[in-house]
Amino acid sequence: METPETSKFRLVALGVGVLVLAIYPWFGESYYVGLVLRLMILGIFAMSLDLLIGYTGLVSLGHAAFFGLSGYLLAIITPDTGPISIWYALPLCLAGTGIFALVVGWLSIRTSGIYFIMITLAFAQMLFYFFNESIRFGGSDGMFLFYRPTINIGSRQLLDLEAGHNFYYFVLGALVAAYALLATLLRAPFGQVIQGIRANEARTRALGYATRRYKLVSFVIAGMVAGLAGFLEASHTGIISPGHLSWHESGTILMTVILGGMGTLYGPVLGAFTFGLLQDNFQDLTEHWILMMGFFVVAVVVFLPHGLAGLIARIGARLTSRRPAGDQP
Amino acid sequence: MKKHNPNGISRRTLLTGAAAAGGIAAVSSFIPTRFAIGGQHKVKIGILLPYSGTYAMLGNSITNALKLRIEENGGMLGGREVEYVAIDSEMSVPKTPTNTNKLVGKEKVDFLIGPVHSGIAQAMAKIVGGDQGPIMIVPNAGSNLVTGPLCAPNIFRASFSNWQPAWPCGEVMANDGHKKIVTITWGYAAGKQMMAAGRDNFAEHGGSSIKDILVPFPDVEFQAHLSEIANLDPDAVFAFFSGGGAVKFVKDYAAAGLKDNIPLYGPGFLTEGVSKAQGAAAEGIKTTLHYAANLDNAANKRFRAAYKEAFDADANVFSVQGYDTGSLLISAMDAVEGDTGATGDLIQTLEAAQLTDSPRGAWTMSKAHNPIQDIYLRQVENGVNLVKGVAAAALEDPAAGCKMA
Amino acid sequence: MDFSSFLIQALNSVQYGFLLFLVASGLTLIFGIMGIINLAHGAFYMLGAYLAFWLAGLTGSLLAAVLLGVPLMILIGIAIERSAISFLYERDHLYQVLLTYGLILILNETQLILWGTGFYSVPIPEMFRGSIPLTENQVYPVYRLFISAVCLGVALGLYLMIQKTQLGMTIRAGASSREMTEALGINIARVFAIVFALGAALAGFSGMIGAPLSSVYPGMGDQILIISFVVVVIGGIGSVKGAFVGAMLIGLADTFGKVLLPEVASIVIYAVMALVLLWRPRGLFGYTA
Repeated sequence: METPETSKFRLVALGVGVLVLAIYPWFGESYYVGLVLRLMILGIFAMSLDLLIGYTGLVSLGHAAFFGLSGYLLAIITPDTGPISIWYALPLCLAGTGIFALVVGWLSIRTSGIYFIMITLAFAQMLFYFFNESIRFGGSDGMFLFYRPTINIGSRQLLDLEAGHNFYYFVLGALVAAYALLATLLRAPFGQVIQGIRANEARTRALGYATRRYKLVSFVIAGMVAGLAGFLEASHTGIISPGHLSWHESGTILMTVILGGMGTLYGPVLGAFTFGLLQDNFQDLTEHWILMMGFFVVAVVVFLPHGLAGLIARIGARLTSRRPAGDQP
Repeated sequence: MKKHNPNGISRRTLLTGAAAAGGIAAVSSFIPTRFAIGGQHKVKIGILLPYSGTYAMLGNSITNALKLRIEENGGMLGGREVEYVAIDSEMSVPKTPTNTNKLVGKEKVDFLIGPVHSGIAQAMAKIVGGDQGPIMIVPNAGSNLVTGPLCAPNIFRASFSNWQPAWPCGEVMANDGHKKIVTITWGYAAGKQMMAAGRDNFAEHGGSSIKDILVPFPDVEFQAHLSEIANLDPDAVFAFFSGGGAVKFVKDYAAAGLKDNIPLYGPGFLTEGVSKAQGAAAEGIKTTLHYAANLDNAANKRFRAAYKEAFDADANVFSVQGYDTGSLLISAMDAVEGDTGATGDLIQTLEAAQLTDSPRGAWTMSKAHNPIQDIYLRQVENGVNLVKGVAAAALEDPAAGCKMA
Repeated sequence: MDFSSFLIQALNSVQYGFLLFLVASGLTLIFGIMGIINLAHGAFYMLGAYLAFWLAGLTGSLLAAVLLGVPLMILIGIAIERSAISFLYERDHLYQVLLTYGLILILNETQLILWGTGFYSVPIPEMFRGSIPLTENQVYPVYRLFISAVCLGVALGLYLMIQKTQLGMTIRAGASSREMTEALGINIARVFAIVFALGAALAGFSGMIGAPLSSVYPGMGDQILIISFVVVVIGGIGSVKGAFVGAMLIGLADTFGKVLLPEVASIVIYAVMALVLLWRPRGLFGYTA
């Protein structure tokens, strides 16, 4: 199904998507600019989970733990009196999240399938209750942070994240960077190996690869990219709570990835935007918006075999194919 | 996206620096009024409450009664028609910034009503508080912090602080001759705040708690703790649960045979709106709350009849809070003759609010913007929470950490 | 902890374990035989509780409510399997997960539309209203003992059905090799429909007979869902025996955790699950690859 034409189509579509996001703040209502910003953050979060589900074959129901932990770390290290430099804050948050992912991954990866789903849930729940019951970190109400990190070189401010749409473009940059990073990684030999693991772990192992180590590395990278999303989320709203790492959030982001299309990277971003914008619209239409959401999810599952990304791919194939329409590959 | 609060409140414990003197000065030193709008467009009321999940009943009760009150006023606020925009909070803190911004930024609501959940209340307060955002009235969430360290000129509460309904219960237990109690509550913010208030006042009256049990929220498996309580054999038990957890706890407590040996007390939420479902298990339980069904005042009788008529359901404390939220809006909007731009005047009117015809009895607004209200002693009889007296008259929340108080 | 309170807490543990088994049994059945991670399990449980509330209100008897409600749950299970899930057997399992997630949304909202937002209870049937004295100030409700007996009955029934009956053999064959079963001329589609309906009915049934204890309210299925998965995974997928042992283990861990280690009570069951899986990555009674 993947021909040079469809691959080129996808690249063009992605480019157009980024362009639309880039010019949106010029004409979008401020609420929607804020909403799109948050959906880009969720897009990064979903993409990180896709590395696990869609490429490594590890389904995690505890991914929000990394998202929330990174947000908490930022809230904890940001002083009350003023902002913190991003050059300290980001590496610290990512390192903290990465170490946690390393421990959880190392323990969890010996299981697989549903057992992996549940053991990741178990670790996430333990972290949830740690923050939920901690007195120092705000307990069930969570924490505030009042300053976004600063980006300075020496004493010169490079970019003021509080001003105008700067933070929006910072997040857009992070989204593109995360995509580029993951896409590059997947094209590299490392990516070939983890996809081999997803297809057939025993064979990959027989070829001489230490599959567990590859899975662990993938798990840590996914955790750190989720940590990037959590870092942005906490910077964006200034609010972090146990709710951010609850199993509801882990479940929702898992559904976002499946709905968007696993193993595509851009599909999960599409999923995040679809879920977010549909909820925004359904809410205005009816008080029973959850019912509509439910039917929408069922319809996608029944009618779109490869999620929303599958639909895009099909359109792409139809547009680039010289065969008559209706005759799909 | 809203800019961060530059006032430097300690975000960790939230115990220092209210929404900052700067913010207060900014708002009370007057904002230019927009008389052009007055009398033209509809007044927009944004509501953020749970309409799905376990606490949907609270969201519906509040919304129904709020609309009922404004309907009684001819559907008008300050001579202008009213439009409602209600969003389901889903009891989710992560979704709160988006939901709040939708109401404030997109819908441009004149008033913000919500929420039920204390974490959401704090998130909303952070977004609109100490700023020139719309006036926010909290119709339930009792977090002590909202009218404590997070208090702000434009944030008012029409309900209670967690401290209020719990504190007098300590004295009630002491007066009934109890010396040692066990407390049991869900281990989240509201539970811990209520437990601390009830226990502290009990200690002031010479009693002591021999064990404070925190049940992980939202766990409803109480059997192990009930056996533990039986074993400890205290004089009484002080409990805070609400909704489905309250139903189950009270029923399990009775089924374990504890009810007749160790009397149960608590903030009124233990039996409010759920005493029918609890049935015989709730009979005789004493609680303290700022409302009771049979309060003998004309406003309450009128309100209960109207509510029953309109919604075919019995009013409860949550609907009273919604109703009073409506009354606050009416009085404030009458004072400015519908000019929603006169924020300073609106705030002044709300600060001076005296609700003389509230179903819960007369109450006034404290400096921290929390009701100063009577807390009643109630007892369940035949499935109804009947008032047995005033446990604490005109009780004012200590508002620790609020710079306005 | 003295000996008598130890015994009482042990009784609480076992009784809670029975309840957990009853709730989780339908999940392990669907899971083990169809390979479906049914997120709607908690919603079925909730539906059962509401059916009990509604039908017991109409008929005045919980027994009648169960007799009417269980067939209804079976019909609902078959309808959902035929109209949605049956299209997905050839697809990645994760699409079934997404589908059952959609079902949660639909069922939860349907509940709000049909029965509203109130908190309800179902009275305990007259004949089980008594209680047995345990200590000077604590008694044990007979209804809890009755539920334990019912759970034992269900456990035994499931075991016999899977081990001894024609249907059970077909089910076991379907679980191990779909192609072979079909080659033997067994209608696998029908077997799957039956299993899904049975799982839904078990979830609903546990909601029905648990209703007098749990009370009935919106969102009540959410919590049950997670703990059911914990029980099933500890035991090992598809193993009824495993689910039973898992339920008892969680009953013990939760009860004694709350009493002996109150500071960490909230994480005890997750810690137990993590430890079990670290020790045996496929649960206590799961088959090894």
